Amino acid sequence: MTVRQVLESARERWYVAVPLAVVTAGVLIPLAYLLVRALQAEPGQLVDLVVRWRNVRLLGNTVALTAGVLVGTTLVAFPLAWLTTRSNLQGRGLLTLLGVLPLAVPGYVMAYVLLATTGQYGTLAQTMGVVLPRISGYEGAFLALTLGTYPYLYLNLRTALLGLDPSLEESARALGYSRWETFRRVILPQLRPAFLSGGLLIGLHVLGDFGVVSLMRYETFSYALYLQYAASYDRVYAACLALMLLALTGAILLLEARLLKGLLYHRAGSGTTRRAAPWSLGAWKPAGYAFAGTVGFLSVGLPVLTVGYWMADTAATGLPWASLGRSLWASVSASAPAAVLAALLALPVAYVGVRFPSKGAKAVERIAYLGYATPPLAFALALIVFTLGALPFAYQTLALLVVAYALHFMAEAVGPIRSALYQAPPNLEEAARSLGRTPLQAFWGVTVPLLRRGLLVSVAFVFLSAMKELPLTFLLSPIGFQTLALDAWSYANEAMFGEAAPFALTIMAFSALFVGLLLARETERTEQPEAVAG
Amino acid sequence: MKDNVLSVENLSKRFAPAAPPVVHEVSFDVEDGEIFALLGPSGCGKTTTLRCIAGFERATEGTVRTRDRVLESPDEHVSPEERGIGLVFQDYALFPHLTVLENVAFGLRDRPPEDRTRRAREALKMVGLTDFDDRKPHALSGGQQQRVALARTLAPEPELILLDEPFSNLDALLRQGTRQEVRALLKEKGMSAVLVTHDQEEALSFADRVAVMRGGQIEQIGTPEDVYYRPRTLFVAQFLGRTNLLLSDAAGTEADTAIGRIRLDRPSSGTVLVSLRPEHLTLEPPESDAGPRGTVVGRAFKGHDITYRVECDGAEYLVHTHNRMSYEPGDPVCIRPQEAAVVLESRTHPADVPGGMTEAAPDPEAAAAESA
Repeated sequence: MTVRQVLESARERWYVAVPLAVVTAGVLIPLAYLLVRALQAEPGQLVDLVVRWRNVRLLGNTVALTAGVLVGTTLVAFPLAWLTTRSNLQGRGLLTLLGVLPLAVPGYVMAYVLLATTGQYGTLAQTMGVVLPRISGYEGAFLALTLGTYPYLYLNLRTALLGLDPSLEESARALGYSRWETFRRVILPQLRPAFLSGGLLIGLHVLGDFGVVSLMRYETFSYALYLQYAASYDRVYAACLALMLLALTGAILLLEARLLKGLLYHRAGSGTTRRAAPWSLGAWKPAGYAFAGTVGFLSVGLPVLTVGYWMADTAATGLPWASLGRSLWASVSASAPAAVLAALLALPVAYVGVRFPSKGAKAVERIAYLGYATPPLAFALALIVFTLGALPFAYQTLALLVVAYALHFMAEAVGPIRSALYQAPPNLEEAARSLGRTPLQAFWGVTVPLLRRGLLVSVAFVFLSAMKELPLTFLLSPIGFQTLALDAWSYANEAMFGEAAPFALTIMAFSALFVGLLLARETERTEQPEAVAG
Repeated sequence: MKDNVLSVENLSKRFAPAAPPVVHEVSFDVEDGEIFALLGPSGCGKTTTLRCIAGFERATEGTVRTRDRVLESPDEHVSPEERGIGLVFQDYALFPHLTVLENVAFGLRDRPPEDRTRRAREALKMVGLTDFDDRKPHALSGGQQQRVALARTLAPEPELILLDEPFSNLDALLRQGTRQEVRALLKEKGMSAVLVTHDQEEALSFADRVAVMRGGQIEQIGTPEDVYYRPRTLFVAQFLGRTNLLLSDAAGTEADTAIGRIRLDRPSSGTVLVSLRPEHLTLEPPESDAGPRGTVVGRAFKGHDITYRVECDGAEYLVHTHNRMSYEPGDPVCIRPQEAAVVLESRTHPADVPGGMTEAAPDPEAAAAESA
């Protein structure tokens, strides 16, 4: 298409073009601005800021934590995924739930739980008299992040394992390979894409994490950024840290893309999917239960028990209903508009991606995901630097927080809308147009009604994600604006475990809704083909 | 003659400036009340032509007119909703969130509400679909969905309707019946239609005139009898059904071929390629003539007729005979044409084309070029 044609179609479909421009500008401009600000420093000063021992240590810590959590989550998620899909353990449905439920425990709540369990004043000491040294630093961050993020890998591996064509395994066996060789040479290679995409999510999560590393006092880039912001606030150094963090994120994204290249296996041939016969664990069955039980207890049972214990402790002296209500309202008042805005922005992104697949459409979609992948502290800092420089009236307003949430979580909204769009083929709009509707009328009259469910799911996802969001809120919320997440984190940060409990519990309730929604969608997706055929 | 319901002139479409044209200088007219078919293999540009007429694709060159109104030209583009042309999609494109009645009434929103419902009901009655008003499309069978799609297109009473492979999603039994019903309906309403299809039987039985397309161009336009009995090119001859191709040495209206001397449909000279449909041939005992002899190599009894494969001078020919013929494989026979052979103007050199029978192939010249 020539430039003229592009402009013409943009004018014709302004209702698509405008949101796309907002998304692109909203994500890219602040990041670019960050770079510009950092480059404004004296070259000598810049070199001084970047080339420091402290940065090397931060880099080492960040990479060590990311690598550690990747290994840790693999050791947890892979056996669990295998046990719940391929073994003959009883109650695999319940165990599957254990693999997903930790998503209901945000990282900072998990860190709070670990802190409140161990140490002299921890739950263990108070209830059983067992005094473990207060967990913190690398071990603490590693444990909290591993227990909180393994579901990302678990879900990917589970889907991949269920999608494996059993006849591939059977062919390998028929060609004389043993079970173990088949596993190593046929199954594992096919799981690589799942490992990569799950690993990417976890890597991005660890890089972007602020709650866990701040509570565990483990110095990564994010934590240093926070210290910089909270204490001295050297804006140029903060910008440099944010850029280094962004570079690290970019490196991970590139690495993933490179490794994933040419790895998308397609199932050859059609026909109904057959499930492989489960492996009999035999004498190993108890070990399987023990493993799944331990993982489930640590990642789900422990948080519920701990928060429940401290909740009861606080309840004895009276619950802080007023401040709880105030925080809840603050969280809702930022999350609800953000959710609607994110869905409205995601709609054209998904629409263009599905209906007019092109390099440009791909690029916009990538940008939407970039907003998600950008470590929230860096993104928040970029927005602060940008608003202070270009839109000072927007600084520390609720509107800015809402926009930040929407741009950051928009990627979560694209998926459900996109799958809904596949149910609304383009010739429906063409049919409407041949019956006298303008493009916009055809879109609103035919496509949007079919997307209603997808839009609702998108709004719900973003709303629930924003409810538990910490770092963006921490940097961008207006003065005196206390959300649930901020309260839970600040009480936990001061080891006031009882005071933190009501807020942590409310967050866990909202997060559980999120997980419920995720599971409902997952089951719907697996059942949908039959519904369509019938 | 600018008052045709549709007139397409030199229509060309390229999807990129450097790309080869998908549709290349296509011209045809559709008269009032006429059913016109665009027939061709997949990828021949027939659907793109239809989408240019409907307004979903912009033409690169050429014009599309209805009556005296220009719909499409290099500097004119009437948007689809303003063309007033009905369109029936291959997969029907029924709105899944609307009931049958709402679907049919969708194109009638400019009318008062009660009129809208009445007209929608009428359209449904026209296609023989009552009692389904409140169902959702997914609760209907394929044939019923097809009727709803047709009713939805007919309800606003467009002067021209476009049908994009509308019968291809129906099973074979239903297809024939529906085809005849739709044709009768269109004729009764005096509506004009353009049908796009890759099924030669469908085009021949449904349309008043057929345009055979290939590689973005129209190779021949004519009545079904015309294109079937008097194909102009090798492609048309082969695409419309099985045929026997013979290299012949022509002199005037007669020619010498591997099966003997035959009559030609028009005077010609030198080496030409001619086509003889299997049903235009018959078999005779060898002693009746001094011409070249063949040997029966295959016999397929099909009830109402018999298809023989006869080898003659190194090539095989297909002969459809009545069902009382009693030759068996191995019998010596003579092949006798009952009609004049059709002289083809071929785009390739005749010598490249093997003689003998050919199946209806998607693109025989391309296949011949590939095997060469």
